[in-house]
Amino acid sequence: MARSVTSRRKSINTALAWGVGLIIFFPILWTILTSFKTEGDAIAYPPKFFFFDWTLENYAIVQERSNYMRYLWNSVIIAGGSTLLGVVIAVPAAWSMAFVPSKRTKDILMWMLSTKMLPAVGVLYPIYLMFIQLGLLDTRIGLVIVLMLINLPIIVWMLYTYFKEIPGEILEAARMDGATLKEEILYVLTPMAIPGIASTILLNIILAWNEAFWTLNLTAAKAGPLTAFIASYSSPEGLFYAKLSAASTMAIAPILILGWFSQKQLVRGLTFGAVK
Amino acid sequence: MGRITLSNVTKSFGDVEVIPPLDLTIEDGEFAVFVGPSGCGKSTLLRLIAGLEDVSSGEIQIDGQDATDVPPAKRGLAMVFQSYALYPHMTVRKNIAFPLRMAKLDKAEQDRRVNQAAEVLNLTDYLERRPGQLSGGQRQRVAIGRAIVREPAAFLFDEPLSNLDAALRVGMRLEISELHKRLNTTMIYVTHDQVEAMTMADKIVVLRAGHIEQVGSPLELYRAPRNLFVAGFIGSPKMNLIDGPEAKKHDAHTIGIRPEHIAISAEKGDWSGVVGVSEHLGSDTFFHVHKTGLADTITVRADGEVSLRHGDKVYLSPRLDMIHRFGADGLRLS
Repeated sequence: MARSVTSRRKSINTALAWGVGLIIFFPILWTILTSFKTEGDAIAYPPKFFFFDWTLENYAIVQERSNYMRYLWNSVIIAGGSTLLGVVIAVPAAWSMAFVPSKRTKDILMWMLSTKMLPAVGVLYPIYLMFIQLGLLDTRIGLVIVLMLINLPIIVWMLYTYFKEIPGEILEAARMDGATLKEEILYVLTPMAIPGIASTILLNIILAWNEAFWTLNLTAAKAGPLTAFIASYSSPEGLFYAKLSAASTMAIAPILILGWFSQKQLVRGLTFGAVK
Repeated sequence: MGRITLSNVTKSFGDVEVIPPLDLTIEDGEFAVFVGPSGCGKSTLLRLIAGLEDVSSGEIQIDGQDATDVPPAKRGLAMVFQSYALYPHMTVRKNIAFPLRMAKLDKAEQDRRVNQAAEVLNLTDYLERRPGQLSGGQRQRVAIGRAIVREPAAFLFDEPLSNLDAALRVGMRLEISELHKRLNTTMIYVTHDQVEAMTMADKIVVLRAGHIEQVGSPLELYRAPRNLFVAGFIGSPKMNLIDGPEAKKHDAHTIGIRPEHIAISAEKGDWSGVVGVSEHLGSDTFFHVHKTGLADTITVRADGEVSLRHGDKVYLSPRLDMIHRFGADGLRLS
């Protein structure tokens, strides 16, 4: 009896999980479906789910009207560049905080995290003006720097929690075994930290890829990434739901695929340190 | 060569002085054990010798050379940690070879030494495995292997057996003692277990709150503890300590008598009491005797065949030549 109760509970849980998963996934599914509809079907009421005239016309029009590859390339450079730059800066920072902590280390970590609680729009004006002064407006390097700074607290925190899990005794053993600081970092710490560094990089690529506030406000034609590509289709002048959906689908496809293939790493990275 | 001398060494963490000024010499080839209750500073002292902690003042000499400011990598000492601290991403072979690789030895020499160490430690079949695939005892042996390949001036052991189960601990204890006999290299061993200290040491250093309470061979400490702390710490079960009129009879503030130096009898004796808990080890039985009027409990070691039950009235007779006398200051009276 006991077993049948647990298995029933299990199937209820499974059904619930699927339900929640579908609710979360529905907007994306709807976007993808809409991208294959004609503009007429896209706004039809009652909504059409699967029985409509499937068409690729929206994709053709989007591709014709705007240069998808250029936006994609901008996204790759901005997301990848800001993440790599962030990691290069964050690794030594997290290292020193995890292994040579001072009395203020916890405070510094909290302070860094607190910057994420600031509404971004609060600093838009000064940053915008600085960008004009420095000639960084609508440049990829400008966005790489801004997104790196935006995500740096998260990168430092993730690496810090990851490094914290590496027992200090192993580093001391390396020291006793005659390793210099460089050798200790190169041969002992880095190989042990690689899974953590990898999941940090993945998560931050995704965060930077999806970042819309700064990319929309600080770019125009040249450096716009895929977020700007989507935004260019949300025009108040007419109903272009189908085309907007096609553009959105093209914009999220690369990161969806990346996320799909790296989900194990991501889950590990996000839950690391939660359970011993 | 591995003579280690500490002169006037102190260590403070912030305002807390963990090691007050301390002098100690460990002779070349000696097996020295630092023993004491947890928090007595024994691990800190070892880490000071290793160079993993900086001394606050004083000097550490290794083979007559001032090593106080020498980084751990350059002191020529090898350390075995409580957690083993193996490199999880390397095979056993690479773990053991790591110090040799750091010393830039050529590959052939590295292999030769690793194979030799593996043979000594029964690890030959495990060389290509990772630490995660080994049992606790095997991991400990890898850690020891990593220490011996570089032929250090001295070995430092930081509670190396405390993560092992009881049976394995006894086995490893013997292995380490044998290793010491064979290599004849200085070993410094930290433990809170006085049995390990007694069985392995040439010289025991008893520590309390950073102070050295007594230094001596295991039997010196057993036969002539310098004060009440050492008397209570060395020996298992603990020495019985008796204050009051009974001590006065011996012209002392406190007298101590070890459980193995008291005879127990159901008929007659000097002291009387009632049997409480008895612990049967087979070869021996330990009786905890109450209501003696001397102390809460008097522990007595008797032959395993002696059968007395809970609540039985018994008589105890201490061996007068084995009574230890202590003054009001806790120090031994000669």
